[in-house]
Amino acid sequence: MRLDVRWAIGGMFTILGTILAVYGVLSNQAIYERSLGINVNLWWGLVLLVFGLAMLAFAYRSMRLPPPV
Amino acid sequence: MLGIGWALRRVIKNSEDFFLSGRSIPAWIAGLAFISANLGAQEVIGMAASGAKYGIMTSHFYWVGAMPAMVFVGLFMMPFYYGSRARSVPEYLKMRFDEKTRGLNAITFAIMTIFSSGISMYALAKLFELVLGWSFHGSIVLSAVIVLVYIFLGGLTSAIYNEVLQFFLIVLGFLPLVLLGLKDVGGWHGLTSKLATVATNAGFEPGAWSHSWKYMDSPSHNPMGMEWFGLVMGLGFALSFGYWCTDFLVVQRAMAAGSMTAARRTPLIAAIPKMLMPALVILPGMLAIGLHASRGGFLPIGDDGQPNYNLAIPMMLGHYLPSGLLGLGLTALMASFMSGMAGNVTAFNSVWTYDIYQSYIRPGQTDAHYLRVGHAATVFGICASVLAAYSATRFNNILDMLQLVFSFVNGPLFATFLLGMFWRRTTGHGAFYGLLTGTITAALHYGLTLPQGAVPGIKGGFLGAVLHTYPSEMALNFWTALFAWTGCFVATLVISLFTKRTKTDEELRGLVHSLTPRQRDGDMPWYKRPVTLAVGILVVSTILNVIFW
Repeated sequence: MRLDVRWAIGGMFTILGTILAVYGVLSNQAIYERSLGINVNLWWGLVLLVFGLAMLAFAYRSMRLPPPV
Repeated sequence: MLGIGWALRRVIKNSEDFFLSGRSIPAWIAGLAFISANLGAQEVIGMAASGAKYGIMTSHFYWVGAMPAMVFVGLFMMPFYYGSRARSVPEYLKMRFDEKTRGLNAITFAIMTIFSSGISMYALAKLFELVLGWSFHGSIVLSAVIVLVYIFLGGLTSAIYNEVLQFFLIVLGFLPLVLLGLKDVGGWHGLTSKLATVATNAGFEPGAWSHSWKYMDSPSHNPMGMEWFGLVMGLGFALSFGYWCTDFLVVQRAMAAGSMTAARRTPLIAAIPKMLMPALVILPGMLAIGLHASRGGFLPIGDDGQPNYNLAIPMMLGHYLPSGLLGLGLTALMASFMSGMAGNVTAFNSVWTYDIYQSYIRPGQTDAHYLRVGHAATVFGICASVLAAYSATRFNNILDMLQLVFSFVNGPLFATFLLGMFWRRTTGHGAFYGLLTGTITAALHYGLTLPQGAVPGIKGGFLGAVLHTYPSEMALNFWTALFAWTGCFVATLVISLFTKRTKTDEELRGLVHSLTPRQRDGDMPWYKRPVTLAVGILVVSTILNVIFW
């Protein structure tokens, strides 16, 4: 069976996004002064997480479908 | 954060065989690898540097340069590359012409890879200098050691796979930077008003940094110092077509596609995200120069009294991103430097070992012998890259230097390919002496002209007399490429007419347009055909040109 590169991309960004978002919640909020007061770690972590999960979902879906001829 | 990035990369790399079995890489992956092979450090740092130095005119590299060229590769060049099964550009030249043309191209290509990897090395060293606070010399040594280790650990075995990951890392690592920067300056509107200050300070009309075509009527009206004819012919034609049609680091990615149709669609699919790249790589540079003008001294000033535009991206990263996201941005940047250097040094190694050493210097040795030569070539390549990296310190914009190298190598080579692929009468002698003439023309032009404000030497004018002064380094590059292309084209044409053909029509089957079977796309639905994609891409890039007129 041929596995999809989307598994790897999805997995990597799911992990990265989770770490970043958790760090965003736990970190000292003073460091966000430079990013215009926005907790970019939290928000961008969530973006990465959604992206990663979407990739995993695509990979899962194409695995369920019969392989293209 | 950096460590996690690296650990992940290692784990994922080992599973390459597991994920990509055989040659049948889906078209979208090959497409992403295609632009990712080009989205190296040079692109990220160089385009941002040019965005700062020349403003939105830098987008011509995409919407005038890359788009038509990528469409041309997909529609017209791919059938020969894919069909001939050549593994490298020198190999194609040997099949189409003869040994000496291949040898000449192998030598110029080897020199080009050294400069490319040297420029990446310079950029990486600058980053270390900034982040670690080391001296530039120490940072260069550190970068050289890292590349050496990376290559000897087998770093490039999973190139295509890594490239796709890297593409997403770069896009997702830099996007927050652009968004934050735009928000800070007050959106596009706020940016144009800041850029108006930049332009008037430099003595141009207020819109010179934010209009891509409006001030192209005369070289003295825009920061790049180009008028529309030189830009369209020099950049749009000679340099861009030369780069996208003959740079095998890039073209190779399309050859990994599963079928001829997939191979032809690869550059076209790649063109779609490529079209949007300026927002990611040029915009940060424009933001940086806007901040530089309005806040005073955002970019450090170099030895030549000009801002060091190369530092636009690193300074922006440090300015806006807090720890955490900063790690992601740095990982993305380092990943692109590494693969840029390793890719070029590896290419140098294989061209030197197989196309030069094995073919001309010592044929018929054992494999172990060539392997040792290959290792030696890698070490030599890295040492030579260090020298190239030091010469890069003389340029405040690495894209200026990179395009200079391309104008010497890819400019004339494109004329050879054009004639070779579309005119069966082109002979081996014609190609060889044409290529030689083209390169010499480039050297003469470069040696006799100078960009404004530069001293004769590495930036040109070394032949004693300076016949013409260009307003910018980039203008000099465009004209060098155009002269080189013309020199090669005319010489190849004339010499071919006066020399005998050495290859018969039978030998040229599949290598020349008129002797290759036409591609049939009739059985595909219309929206999947390469032609449909191509027209769509050209229409959208025209619209983009008009929007940012």
